[in-house]
Amino acid sequence: MFLQQLVNALSLGSVYALFALGFTLIFGVLGVINLSHGAVFMCGAYAALLLVSKLQAPLWVAFVAAMIVAGLIGLAIDFLILKPLRRRGAPHLIPMIATIGVGMILTNVSQGLFGAQVLRFPFGTIPEQGFTLGSVHVTVLQLWIVGIAFALLLLLMFVLQRTQFGRALRAIAESPKAAWLLGINVEGLFLVTSFVAAALGGAAGVLIGLSFNAITPFMGGPMLPKGIAVIILGGMGDIRGALIGGLFLGFVEVMSVAYGSSDFRDAVSFGLLFIILLIRPSGLFGRVAQRKA
Amino acid sequence: MRNGFWKWLLPALAGVALLASLPARAADIKIGVAEALSGPAAQYGTSIRNGFVLAANEINANGGINGDKLKLIIEDEQGKKEEAINVFRKLIFQDRVLMIFGPTLSNSAFAADPIANQAKVVVFGTSNTATGLTDRMPFVFRNSVMEADVLPVTIKEAIKHYKLKRVAVIYGNDDAFTKSGYDVFKHVLADDKIPVTATETYAKGDVDFRAQLTKIKGSDPDAIICSCLAEEAANIILQARALGLKQPFIGGNGFNSPKLFQIARTAADGTMMGTPWSSENHTPANDAFMKAYQAAYHTAPDQFAAQAYDAMHVVAQALKSIKLTGTPDKDRLALKDALPKVKWDGATGPFQFRAAPGGKGGYDAQQTAVVNIAQGGKFILLK
Repeated sequence: MFLQQLVNALSLGSVYALFALGFTLIFGVLGVINLSHGAVFMCGAYAALLLVSKLQAPLWVAFVAAMIVAGLIGLAIDFLILKPLRRRGAPHLIPMIATIGVGMILTNVSQGLFGAQVLRFPFGTIPEQGFTLGSVHVTVLQLWIVGIAFALLLLLMFVLQRTQFGRALRAIAESPKAAWLLGINVEGLFLVTSFVAAALGGAAGVLIGLSFNAITPFMGGPMLPKGIAVIILGGMGDIRGALIGGLFLGFVEVMSVAYGSSDFRDAVSFGLLFIILLIRPSGLFGRVAQRKA
Repeated sequence: MRNGFWKWLLPALAGVALLASLPARAADIKIGVAEALSGPAAQYGTSIRNGFVLAANEINANGGINGDKLKLIIEDEQGKKEEAINVFRKLIFQDRVLMIFGPTLSNSAFAADPIANQAKVVVFGTSNTATGLTDRMPFVFRNSVMEADVLPVTIKEAIKHYKLKRVAVIYGNDDAFTKSGYDVFKHVLADDKIPVTATETYAKGDVDFRAQLTKIKGSDPDAIICSCLAEEAANIILQARALGLKQPFIGGNGFNSPKLFQIARTAADGTMMGTPWSSENHTPANDAFMKAYQAAYHTAPDQFAAQAYDAMHVVAQALKSIKLTGTPDKDRLALKDALPKVKWDGATGPFQFRAAPGGKGGYDAQQTAVVNIAQGGKFILLK
C-alpha cells in the first residue's frame, strides 16, 4: 500500500506543482499575487474541452491551443488591469484585489456560457490504459502529468538560468527600475511573463480536466489556496520551490489520509505548512529574504 | 413622479378590492403550487411543476372532481426561504387557495410550512426529504420518501445480493445531503451488524480520491458504500477501478442521476441504489405516466415529476371523497381530514400516508423503495 500511496502522492503533487508554476512566475517577475490564476486555469480546461468536443481537434492540438487561449487571457489581464495599475503606481494590495474581481468575472461568464454542471472530455480522447507493477496501479495519464510537470519545470529553469531572456527576467525580478535603466524592455517582458504564466495555468487546467473528469466553472476555487500554500512553502517566486512545494503538499495530504484520518487532511497539511514557516519564514528556497538582504 | 403615483393609487386599490370581493367561480378548485422555477433548484422545481400540470390536466379531462375543475395557481419560490414565505402568504391570503403544493427544498419548507400550518391550510411537499419536517405541524403532508426509509431497504437487498460481510464507507463531510446520508448508512450498518473496515471522507471540490481509495483497498471490504453526489460518485468509481478495486458500490438517492453513467459508464456496473421511483419499474400506472409525460414535454420524466404527478392524484382522491362548500376555511379542514385515508397506486407504486412520529404532527410517506442495480451503463430493477 505504501508504494501505491507514494505514486498517488507524486501524481497529486505534480498537479499542485504545475498549478503553482505560473502562479509563482507572476509573483517573481511582476510582484503580484494573481488571484485570477484559478479562473485562467479553468478557462484553459474549457478551451481544450470545446476544441475536442465541438471541433473534434486531436488532443495535442487542443492542449497547445488551450495554452495559447489561457495565455491570451493572461495577456489581456496584464494589459487591461495590471498595466494601468502599475502606471498609476498603485500600492501592492491593489493589483491583488483587482485579480480577485477578474477571477469572479471569468467564473461567472463561464457559468453563464456553459452552465454550472460538471463536464468531461468525450470518451476516447483520454488515454485510459493503466498498468500494474506488483500491487501498484499507474495510469498512462498519471505518467503524462508527472512528465509534463517536470518537463515544463526544467524548460523554465533552463530559460531563466541560461538565456539572455532569462537573465533579463531575473534582473526585473531584482529591481524593475534598475532593469529599465539597463535598457531592458520591462513592460514588454511583463507582458511575455503574463502570457507564459497564464499558458502554464491553462496547461494545468487541461491536464486536471483530463485526469479527473471535473471541468466546472468553479474548478479553480479549491486549487487557489493550495497554490498559494505551495508558493509560500517553496519560497515566493522560486521555480524550484513551486515543484518541491507542490510535491511536498501532495505527499503530506496523501500520507495524512493513508496513516491518519481523511477528516483531518487539510488540517494536517496546512498545520505542517505553518510549522515549516515558523522555522523557515522565507520558505524552502527563501528568495524573499535574500532580496531584502 | 409623486403626483402620478397618487393619481394611480386609488383606482388601483379599488381594483384590487373589487377583484378580491368577487366570489370564486364555483366550478374551480384553486390549488397553489409553490416551486423553485428559477435559481439553482429550478431543474427539480420545473420537473415537479410539469408533473402537477400533467396530472391536473388528466383529472380535468376525465370530468374533474365531481364535475368541478382543478385550477392550479403556479408561483416561483426561487428555492429561497424568504421567497417561499412570500409566495405562501400570497397563495393563502390573496388567492385563497384550498391547499398548497411545495416548496421544492426542505430548507424552504422549514421556513414556509409553518405559515400554512398556522393558517390551517394543507401544505403538501413532494420533494422534501428532511427528517422532522412533519413532526409538529398537523397540516403538513408529504409523499417524498425519506432517505431514512430508503437506505435500510437498499442495504438489506445488497447484503442478500452480494453476501456482504464487511463494507467500507466514503462520503463528503462538508455537505448537508451527503453527511446526513452517511449518518443513516452508519445507523443501518450498525443495526444489520455489518462491520465497517474503513470510513473515509472528502471535501467539496476534491477531485483526487486515490489516497482514500487506496486505504479502502488495503482494508479489503466486500463493497463500498458511498454517500456522494452523482458527479463525485462517478469519479470515485472511475478512480477505484483504475486502482484495481473491483468491489461493487452502494449509494443513496444522490446516485439517481444520468450524470453517474455519463461520466463512469460501465465502470459503475454492479452499483446498487434505492429510489422511490424508477423508469425501469414497468407497472401499468408508471408506463402510462411516462408515456403521457414524454408526449406532453418531449423529455423523459424523473423521480420528482413522478412524485408530483402522484401527489396530485392523491389529493384528487381526497377531494372526491368530500363535499366542497365553497367556504375556504371549512373546505381546508375537510381536506386535511380526508387526505390521510387516501390509498393510491400510481407511478411510484402503492402509496399511503403514515402519521409523523409522536402523533401530533402531519403525515409522511409510507412507501417501499425500489432497489436498482447498474448493468451495461444504466440502472435496472434488481430481481
